[in-house]
Amino acid sequence: MKVVLRNPVREVDIPGPRPAYLVLADLGLAREAHLVIRNGTLVPSDARLEDDDRVEIRPVISGG
Amino acid sequence: MSATDRPRGGHQPSRCRVCKEPAVIDLPRHNANFCADHFLELCRRQVTKAIERFGMLAPGERVLVAVSGGKDSLALWDLLTDLGVEADGLYVGLGIGDYSDTSGEHARRFARERGLVLTEIDLRDEYGYDVPTAAVATGRVPCSACGLSKRHLFDRAARDGGYPVVATGHNLDDEAAVLYGNTLRWDVEMLARQLPVLPARAGFPRKVKPLVRLTERETAAWCLVRGIDYLVEECPMSVGNKHLGYKEALNRLEAESPGAKAAFYLGFLDRMAPLLADRAAQAVDGLERCLRCGAPTTSEICAFCRLVERTAGHGPVPVELALARGRR
Repeated sequence: MKVVLRNPVREVDIPGPRPAYLVLADLGLAREAHLVIRNGTLVPSDARLEDDDRVEIRPVISGG
Repeated sequence: MSATDRPRGGHQPSRCRVCKEPAVIDLPRHNANFCADHFLELCRRQVTKAIERFGMLAPGERVLVAVSGGKDSLALWDLLTDLGVEADGLYVGLGIGDYSDTSGEHARRFARERGLVLTEIDLRDEYGYDVPTAAVATGRVPCSACGLSKRHLFDRAARDGGYPVVATGHNLDDEAAVLYGNTLRWDVEMLARQLPVLPARAGFPRKVKPLVRLTERETAAWCLVRGIDYLVEECPMSVGNKHLGYKEALNRLEAESPGAKAAFYLGFLDRMAPLLADRAAQAVDGLERCLRCGAPTTSEICAFCRLVERTAGHGPVPVELALARGRR
């Protein structure tokens, strides 16, 4: 699957199917600090992400 | 149910605790998952509870919302109007390069699409400086000049516009991180003032933080579910600040013990803040009027007017240069 990451914007390939929480763990990202968006829709951390999904992992931590 | 929500290959999606429809978000601190509608309901309930528990707003009060174009301020503005509060926005142009240009566009688009009133103040145009320039001129971290400028201008705009209250988008993570920092230093004066409501006093409007019961993952999710196009990119000047480090530390605790952040901050408000109430009261004594702008201050010239004075004559400093100076 194509996974879009932010800050800076970049894209990585991760084989599916794989639950979102494991994709986060693969990338070393904290669940509490990110949202997972699959094909434009917010999904919970146990959502299964398929090979043909377009996934965005959006950070939610602000520094101000 | 959309095609993307449908279970595939026998995988069972998690279900909303309330209605058992497919969930869009898991909230370990509530030990529950929620569908979009019931997640929004949870957020409304948490904000209503904060407003009522801490006496933030009186019925019919006009609120000035501090708007940055980011998830928290736009979620706050949206939530307040959704709850029937009359809320106008104020955006301060900080002059942080492309970041400020884009954040302003998000704030303006949000207001325009909803028919809301947004007032704008540009630091460079109206006061002759911007945040990168102030950071270099004062030799302090950019967040210091940024916070000082915004506090002063929000107070002034509220006074001038007849708003009794200013609402800011500080969320549970923000407040827990500040509490963590203040506690590490045992900064009793700051701890005494770390409240979700600061009462109005001579020349200052009341300050309220209606999002203190929502994490920033929840405010971001509110925006996504509501279709709010907020600025996702982080302020380039905040990179590496202590606040971010405190948030990361607290999120590690939260992963091990869901609800730890809420217990830390809300427990402080319930059990520690009352013990510091006398200190908080002392902090409001002894205010004078700034000789230049008339704002309440503890010295003859307020900190904002001193900042304007120190930056006078400085040409604009590019963001990259301010960041490079900060790293040295």
